[in-house]
Amino acid sequence: MAKIIISENLCKGCSLCVTQCPKNIIKISNKINSKGYTIAEQTDDTQCTGCTLCAIVCPDSAIEVYK
Amino acid sequence: MEKIFLKGNDAMAEAAIRAGCRFFAGYPITPQNEIPEYLSKRLPEVNGVFIQGESEIASISMVYGVASTGIRSMTSSSGPGLCLKTEGINFLVAAEIPAVIIDVMRAGPAIGGIQPAQQDYTFITGGAGPGGVRCFVLAPYTVQEAVDLVYEAFDIADKFRNPVIVMVDGAIGNMMENIILPELRELDTLPQHEDWKITKRDADGKARIIQTYIHSVIGLEEANKRMAEKYKIWEDYEQRYEAIMLEDAEIVVTAYGIVARMAKAAVKELRKEGIKVGMIRPIAIYPFPKKAFDSLDYGRVKQIWDIELSIPSQMFRDVDYTVRGRAPVYQLLRSGGMMTSKESIIKAIREKALEGENYE
Amino acid sequence: MNKVYEKPKLIPADLSNSWCPGCGHGTIHKLIANTIDTYRMKEETIMISPVGCGTMNTATGWFDCNSVACAHGRASAAAYAIKKCYPDRLVFAYQGDGDLASIGMAETIHTANRGGNLTIIFVNNGNFGMTGGQMAPTSLIGQRTTTSQEGRNFKDHGNPIGVCELIATLEMPKYVVRVSLHDAKHVIQTQKAIEKAFRMQSEGKGFSFVEVLSPCPTNWKMSPVESMKHINDVVIKTYPLGVFKEDK
Repeated sequence: MAKIIISENLCKGCSLCVTQCPKNIIKISNKINSKGYTIAEQTDDTQCTGCTLCAIVCPDSAIEVYK
Repeated sequence: MEKIFLKGNDAMAEAAIRAGCRFFAGYPITPQNEIPEYLSKRLPEVNGVFIQGESEIASISMVYGVASTGIRSMTSSSGPGLCLKTEGINFLVAAEIPAVIIDVMRAGPAIGGIQPAQQDYTFITGGAGPGGVRCFVLAPYTVQEAVDLVYEAFDIADKFRNPVIVMVDGAIGNMMENIILPELRELDTLPQHEDWKITKRDADGKARIIQTYIHSVIGLEEANKRMAEKYKIWEDYEQRYEAIMLEDAEIVVTAYGIVARMAKAAVKELRKEGIKVGMIRPIAIYPFPKKAFDSLDYGRVKQIWDIELSIPSQMFRDVDYTVRGRAPVYQLLRSGGMMTSKESIIKAIREKALEGENYE
Repeated sequence: MNKVYEKPKLIPADLSNSWCPGCGHGTIHKLIANTIDTYRMKEETIMISPVGCGTMNTATGWFDCNSVACAHGRASAAAYAIKKCYPDRLVFAYQGDGDLASIGMAETIHTANRGGNLTIIFVNNGNFGMTGGQMAPTSLIGQRTTTSQEGRNFKDHGNPIGVCELIATLEMPKYVVRVSLHDAKHVIQTQKAIEKAFRMQSEGKGFSFVEVLSPCPTNWKMSPVESMKHINDVVIKTYPLGVFKEDK
């Protein structure tokens, strides 16, 4: 069992995590943060393996991974 | 003639082309990047050469080289980059090679800020590097004047065989105004520098060498004297300024560049209140417009106001020295990218005017 | 559940950085922070900052590392001198294309030639980012920038300069490597390269130089995802990845 938490404050919606997730369970949401960025979110944590590839590519250190 | 709506930096770049500038070397620095960007495209169109130098020092060195062949050459930068160019400017001065340098001023010192300021005054007017030498320095206050002065700068540079610095603040560099561009000069109508350019030999067949080392001590002193004479000629004949409502003025404001616009507007409003304010707007800041200050009737003029975007003040010292105690000189200063408002000028003068002696 | 990936300690947990979305500087700062965290070098590290986007968040204190910001291009000279005076500290210069390969090229070559146990981290994104995207010595042939609007061409501008290739010809550098950020695998390689460089410095094993191919989505006029693809498909052809020098 694993999941990620994406910081709403830090995410800039760059989508790099979206492309790196091997399970395709990260998407750009409809949520706009206080800086005007449309942020990413994990859509299905039942499939998350905690591989951390998303957190590795994130330029903003916005992702924490739990396993 | 047709008016065109252009940004200051772009307009100055085009003015240089129209003046016959066919070489530019420069380096990126805010707030003047439009100048190299514009010229990177425009110079090849007129068979000129554009080089983005690897640094500001490399760029001024390139200008030094090309200008010594008689081609009208220019570089531009902002304060931190002008610092680096000092060596190359010093060489241009010593070798008596004409060139134009544009300083689009930002707040300083060092990296400072990218907002406009007038914090390069002492550095630019006082220092063309070691040797006690100077550049001719022009300070436009509108985009139109920036165009006109850049255009004329090349002629002044040629006439005196000296680099000319056009010192403009970032506000004028970045604002857009309606302007009329000058005529495109044909290159064969420009001075050809047959007597000194290094692409030719002397009439007697001797090679031409441009060198700033003078071995003979007497010879170097003579060269230094020639420089001093040059600056005397500038002082005697080349002062430039705008006189606004000085005839009956009791308070005289002095400002250049963007702040001169607020000052001019303040002067007009204060006049409506019956306060007799006039203004001296330096257009050349070296040579400093001493004649303007000496022409005042200090029996009538009771206050001089120095308004600049620099803390500590810089032009103040030249004003104070020129006035020589004939009237008190007050300062109204902002700095670091902050901008003086017309209202603050009005308020300061009105308050001081009410507390001043002999004011009715 | 346990936290298996956490934010580096040198970066504030809740304060965002001011780089553009997808910019490589954020990633590289994260990797440096990870390395300093892992090897507990926080107290002894001195970073020498450039002029350019790379200095932007150091200037605000966002990155918890002692640092001095130099004049444009001079970071490597200052870094070398500091290391000479403080051989036991971890000292590194962090520079972009303009700083390291344009105005600072003389300092770069002479610092690498003097060597010492210094580390230089070079962020190569093929343009002058902070000032709006002018051509850099590292811009690619054909790359349109604001000062090469028809595209860089060989006749007028020469080839893009491979700084790793240049540095590797000198005797003093002991580890010269080019890495990239274009996918997770390559970000991990970049992390390893930075770790190796810092470890070498700590062990007194000589001068290290890490060049990182980094995206500049804003001035490349691409999305962050497109920028990474651009590095993989195009940039790497001019700047091959790999180790150019490694003393065993």
